Amino acid sequence: MTTAPSPLRSGTAARQAPGAGAARGTTPGGTGRGPWLRRLTPYLFLLVPVALLLVLTYLPVANMFWYSVTDWDGLDKVKNFVGPDNYVEVFTEPDNLRVFYVSLYYFVASFVQMALALYFATILSFKVRLKNLWKGILFFPYLINGVAIGLIFLNFLKPGGGLDTVLLAAGLDALVQQWTGDPEIANYSLAAVSVWRYMGLNFVMFLGAIQSIDGQIYEAAELDGANRWHQFRHIIAPSIKPILGLSFILAISGSLSVFEIPYVMTGGGNGTETFVIRTVWMAFNRGMVGLASAMAVILLIIVLLVTWVQRRVVPDEEVDLT
Amino acid sequence: MFLHQRRARLAVASTAVGVLALVGACSSDGAGDADESQSGEPSGEITVLTWRTDLVEDGTFDEYVETFKAAYPEVTDVKVEGITDYEGEVRTRMNTSNYGDVLAIPGSVTPDQLGQFFEPLGEFDEMSQEYRWIADKTYEGLSYGIPVVGNVQGIVYNTAVWADAGIEDFPTTPDEFLDDLQTIKDSADGVVPLYTNYKDAWPLSQWDGARGAVTANPDYVNEMTGTDAPWSEDTDSGVIDGLIYDVVAQGLTEADPTTTNWEESKRLLGTGEVATMVLGSWAIPQMQDAAEAAGGSREDIGYMPFPAQVDGTFHAVAGGDYNLGINVNSENKVTARAWIDWFNNESGFSESQVGLSPRVDGEVPEALASFVDEVELITMNPAPEGKESLFADIDTASGIVTTDPKYRQQIVDDARSGDRTKQQVFDDLNEAWASGRADVGA
Repeated sequence: MTTAPSPLRSGTAARQAPGAGAARGTTPGGTGRGPWLRRLTPYLFLLVPVALLLVLTYLPVANMFWYSVTDWDGLDKVKNFVGPDNYVEVFTEPDNLRVFYVSLYYFVASFVQMALALYFATILSFKVRLKNLWKGILFFPYLINGVAIGLIFLNFLKPGGGLDTVLLAAGLDALVQQWTGDPEIANYSLAAVSVWRYMGLNFVMFLGAIQSIDGQIYEAAELDGANRWHQFRHIIAPSIKPILGLSFILAISGSLSVFEIPYVMTGGGNGTETFVIRTVWMAFNRGMVGLASAMAVILLIIVLLVTWVQRRVVPDEEVDLT
Repeated sequence: MFLHQRRARLAVASTAVGVLALVGACSSDGAGDADESQSGEPSGEITVLTWRTDLVEDGTFDEYVETFKAAYPEVTDVKVEGITDYEGEVRTRMNTSNYGDVLAIPGSVTPDQLGQFFEPLGEFDEMSQEYRWIADKTYEGLSYGIPVVGNVQGIVYNTAVWADAGIEDFPTTPDEFLDDLQTIKDSADGVVPLYTNYKDAWPLSQWDGARGAVTANPDYVNEMTGTDAPWSEDTDSGVIDGLIYDVVAQGLTEADPTTTNWEESKRLLGTGEVATMVLGSWAIPQMQDAAEAAGGSREDIGYMPFPAQVDGTFHAVAGGDYNLGINVNSENKVTARAWIDWFNNESGFSESQVGLSPRVDGEVPEALASFVDEVELITMNPAPEGKESLFADIDTASGIVTTDPKYRQQIVDDARSGDRTKQQVFDDLNEAWASGRADVGA
């Protein structure tokens, strides 16, 4: 700590006397240590973020790996080593596997979400009246806290709630359902809420990618007689391929790690339990921290695998439109 | 999910009970340690953790602290921390040494873990002369906690709705109960006869409170460890879970259980939009408050026993609520102990909560007096020595986890969709239970 000010002071001195090379490293207190400290300075700045990263990310993850091979209940001072038992349990218990089936709803929904986002992003990248307002409206849901969204939709979808009122007013009585109460529909409802929430993020990513395309290319295409669909097909789609690839990865990991919307809205009841809800339930309601850690490790591995596969399938190449 | 999620766990606690072991020799060194820090006059300051955030907010606890300090002038301060997600948060904090001086023992702490985290308060034999329901938090003859209030388990109902439907007597059998609910449904338009609180889930665990009351058998839970088929027509578990199945299958519950809401349910009961909810007696004052806030009357909230009789008598299980214990790392155990004794004896807490006093000679509060007149109270017996954790082990190994509301949510799901019949539900539960017993080697 005591030596920390010296590089600062030597820096100041250097600025005050430009060209006076001798001033460097010879200011009081910095004699002889200047160059050494100078090289060290960036690392000193890194110290804090790296320490935070280690303490708040890597250490807990390392701990999680350790818990996942123990029978720890989250409380006991003794953690017994049980080896791979927890992992075996995760894959042999049918209830644990059923949650992957629920993820499929969200996975399919994420394609709907990407299609919608792409559609809006394409439209709004051309000349549209009140363009920024539409952008704001589409992105807004992503800014709202997930718990708030859950509560909003809980009231919107409950029997006699907003959606039913609208349907009745529109004379669509036949469509009125128990949106979260009917086990056939519950997952669709929740996935739809999820689409509503996350479409804004996809939208912004796509819009950013599309707007980075040089406007002259469109002009040239129009001169060649390309219509909007042609422009999309041959200019926009190939240019945003990396972003599409990324969205695909996010869709897979996202659909496996769905949590707050079903947790707030149904608490995982009625067949809407997702992998993360089950993990949380295992850890905090059943007090099986070891097993829950194993589930978390498995989720981590799946996400890493998917990412690795994506890097293989969709290489991170430069887009060339010429 | 807030104040009373924990109650889901109380049932566990009463199953994984401590012993009446008379191990005088073992207790001697524990007591020796205790003497050092437990002598002298109460002084200094302590921290008290509580799950009753409502009583912290409305100033009730401030009054308690003032009165306590008046009784012990040397005490400089009592810091009260109200914790909303009590079970979850305190359990996490117990991984450190900083979890207050006095706290309620989380329900998920198993008896053999008590000594790791809590200071023994005394020997069971001695303390049981003075306090009831301390067996739950006793291990190897030492008691670690004293309940703040005793609850009885039964059914909260709206007296006006039931009276309007022309029902005068408490139903005495599950079938009669179903008929009564049907009558309510038919006579009052739009009234939900019984509210499950499915979404918040823990209220479904409250049905466990009837285990032992159905057949008037205080050993029922202990006996579950000895049978491969606890779910059948005439066992406690079968009657309770069967009733849940029937009441849902017959459409006597809320139309969409996934959109229930605990806070809202209090108002619904108070205003008579819901007729009945299965909850412990601890819920009575909360329901009364809600009824009053909604423009109703406190008188509208009544309490009835579980619809089952043995020899013409209703039975209800009485048991302790949260037990107060002392952090084993506390630096001011003398004052902590003084707080616990004062809270149980002088504060008037149990009375204000319409509960039974934890003291053996305590009085029955007025609101429960008529209930207690009609109903015979039973206290579940602790597990026999050496089998304290057997029930919990089987329960976990079976994958059912009776203390967790999840399997009851499944019953509700099945009853609504008709995917499984009641018999199939029982068969599956029994099969899981039997395999759990086999795994544990019971």
